Amino acid sequence: MKKLLLGNEALAQGAIDAGLSGVYAYPGTPSTEITEYIQKSKIAQELNIHSSWSVNEKTAMETALGMSYAGKKSMVVMKHVGLNVAADVFMNMSVSGINGGLVVVVADDPSMHSSQNEQDSRYYGKFAMIPILEPSNQQECYDITKYAFELSENLGLPVLIRLVTRLSHSRSGVTTGERIAQNNIHLPKISTQFQLIPMHARGRYKHLVDLQPDILEISENSAFNTFCEGTNKTIGIIASGIAYNYLMENFEDGNCPYPVLKISQYPLPKEPIKELFDTCEKILVLEDGYPFIEEAISDFLGENRKVIGRLSGDIPRVGELNPDNIANALGFDIVINENLPKVVLGRPPQLCIGCGHNDLFNAINVLKNESATQQVFGDIGCSALGVLSPYESINTLIEMGSSITMAIGASNAGIHPAIAVIGDSTFTHSGMTGLLDAIIEKTPITVIISDNSAIAMTGAQDSAASGRLITICKGLGIEEDHLKVITPLHKNLQENIDIIRDEINYKGVSVIIAQRPCVQLPKEKKDKLKEYTNVSIN
Amino acid sequence: MHTKINIILAGVGGQGILTIAAILDTAALDNNLNIKQSEVHGMSQRGGAVQSHVRISDQPIYSDLIPQGKADIIISVEPMELLRYLPFLKKDGYLITDSNPFENIKNYPELETLYNEIKSHKNHILIDAMKIAKDLGNSKATNIVLLGAASSLIPLSDESFQKAIATLFERKGERILAKNLEAFLKGKEIAAELVS
Repeated sequence: MKKLLLGNEALAQGAIDAGLSGVYAYPGTPSTEITEYIQKSKIAQELNIHSSWSVNEKTAMETALGMSYAGKKSMVVMKHVGLNVAADVFMNMSVSGINGGLVVVVADDPSMHSSQNEQDSRYYGKFAMIPILEPSNQQECYDITKYAFELSENLGLPVLIRLVTRLSHSRSGVTTGERIAQNNIHLPKISTQFQLIPMHARGRYKHLVDLQPDILEISENSAFNTFCEGTNKTIGIIASGIAYNYLMENFEDGNCPYPVLKISQYPLPKEPIKELFDTCEKILVLEDGYPFIEEAISDFLGENRKVIGRLSGDIPRVGELNPDNIANALGFDIVINENLPKVVLGRPPQLCIGCGHNDLFNAINVLKNESATQQVFGDIGCSALGVLSPYESINTLIEMGSSITMAIGASNAGIHPAIAVIGDSTFTHSGMTGLLDAIIEKTPITVIISDNSAIAMTGAQDSAASGRLITICKGLGIEEDHLKVITPLHKNLQENIDIIRDEINYKGVSVIIAQRPCVQLPKEKKDKLKEYTNVSIN
Repeated sequence: MHTKINIILAGVGGQGILTIAAILDTAALDNNLNIKQSEVHGMSQRGGAVQSHVRISDQPIYSDLIPQGKADIIISVEPMELLRYLPFLKKDGYLITDSNPFENIKNYPELETLYNEIKSHKNHILIDAMKIAKDLGNSKATNIVLLGAASSLIPLSDESFQKAIATLFERKGERILAKNLEAFLKGKEIAAELVS
């Protein structure tokens, strides 16, 4: 019997069945449910598969590499922007190679449903010169993950699986197969493999370059790249990953008259692409995300353009694909009706009723009225909703941790008050090092850690910061007189405003921890949090 | 004749449209039908507009998203959210919604304007599902009342729906399960009266 699984869950089950020993991840939409599925899986518990959250994507990927070094199969999971955080180890572990199979799963978010950009992780895979797999449906999520571990061990390289939101978060029936055993501990055969001092790294890099023809050949023979003949050669179509489904949706019973090359494995297979070029009048490239394939196979100067897609404007350059924008590119006569009745208004996300961030922003806004020069540097997570109405408290929002460091730079430039607002989990993910920068230089900034003791936006997962913020801040060297804990409640509004105002007036670094548990946390967790809240700073 | 239906479920994050989706999925899977069901996780779940595309067919289903103009039914737990997905509705497709607004934005439209817009579509079922559920003693079953109201338009038997509801609610205890089964039948009955 088929199981009804999200793309994310099918992938997770595929990893368990591939003999996984550990998954390492930091939550991030649309990738979160992969790790959560393994955390909840009874089989994974019986097999003692490690699955607790890491502090950030970099620590997650390095830990996965450590498990691979020891010979076991590991997986690291993140959203697309998480790969920026882990890029250092990502680029270097393709040079070192791996020992136990290592699969990197990155879920991209075209259309930015829950993200600040729509970067396409395939560029990272190409940059690191490793195989990339891009499933088109839930069954492939399962099958490709099992295959990815095998491929990783055969090549001795990490393998990247790229997902997109619509596949991560869509369910379908999936048939699962046999479970492969976990690896035993076995150390790398070549003792210098993981020692990337220049003299060894040069050899490893040469090895990576020398492997490229093999990687291409595997891709050209991959069962996940399929070519389907068509009788109408006016267009040859290349459709990657989920784009294949949107294409086929446009033809009754999936009978497409054009030749179609479905791509789910990279590097791009040369042979079938050449055949399309030779036999078809035009090539239409359908890919969710950036024009990665289109750019690779287009005529650089555009003088002899045979390839159409996002770059040519036949498909919108930004935003995700869907059956309708593909129908348009195929020249089908469809009317995309974007006109809603006027009575329908936008309904943006907002803070939950009873959320502590709400009372914090109310206090910050009072201070904003007192000082026209006040700038508030925000950060990723639920606290980012302070950008929106009714608060409009936050001036900047870029990426994880940037609130503190941007406040430092602005303060250096002469801005005062410069306030950073960062969530507790974002602080431990990427804020601590920035705070150390500020402490070393005694930069006059006020850092407010809005501590709801959860990674709230992705579903209230455990925060690494819970119960540790005071110790961390003290350890980094914050002065005890300028480390304050407040409870953001309406009844404390005036008191909280006074405390924040005093710290703004201090010409050095202050940290204010605004502590109130996330309303999404279950009661047991909230009760447990009481053990460390109201702890005095001394 | 092929079995094939496209349904859009609409609401505001936290209103429980995924329970309706889970019942549809379970019933369809039990009938060996193919399913694709997309859902929203992440930022929009925090009080924003959310939707789920549910596609059921005895043929292969390619796209996870329903093309515009191809939805047979839109079921919404909130009247303004219903109208957000009109571009997806098939000509003569059905609109089914609870009449109770979820007002968490400024300038929420006048209810009469919303209701008039809904009523301007030939095939609509506009009901106070929340009151029906409350009268049955379980206000949380609003979504099940709406599913009941839509059920005669969906090519799945009542037994399949009831079995799926049982699968989903049995761990919550007999009383809650019974209330949900009642809510389903009541929704069906009221829709039949309205449509006839």
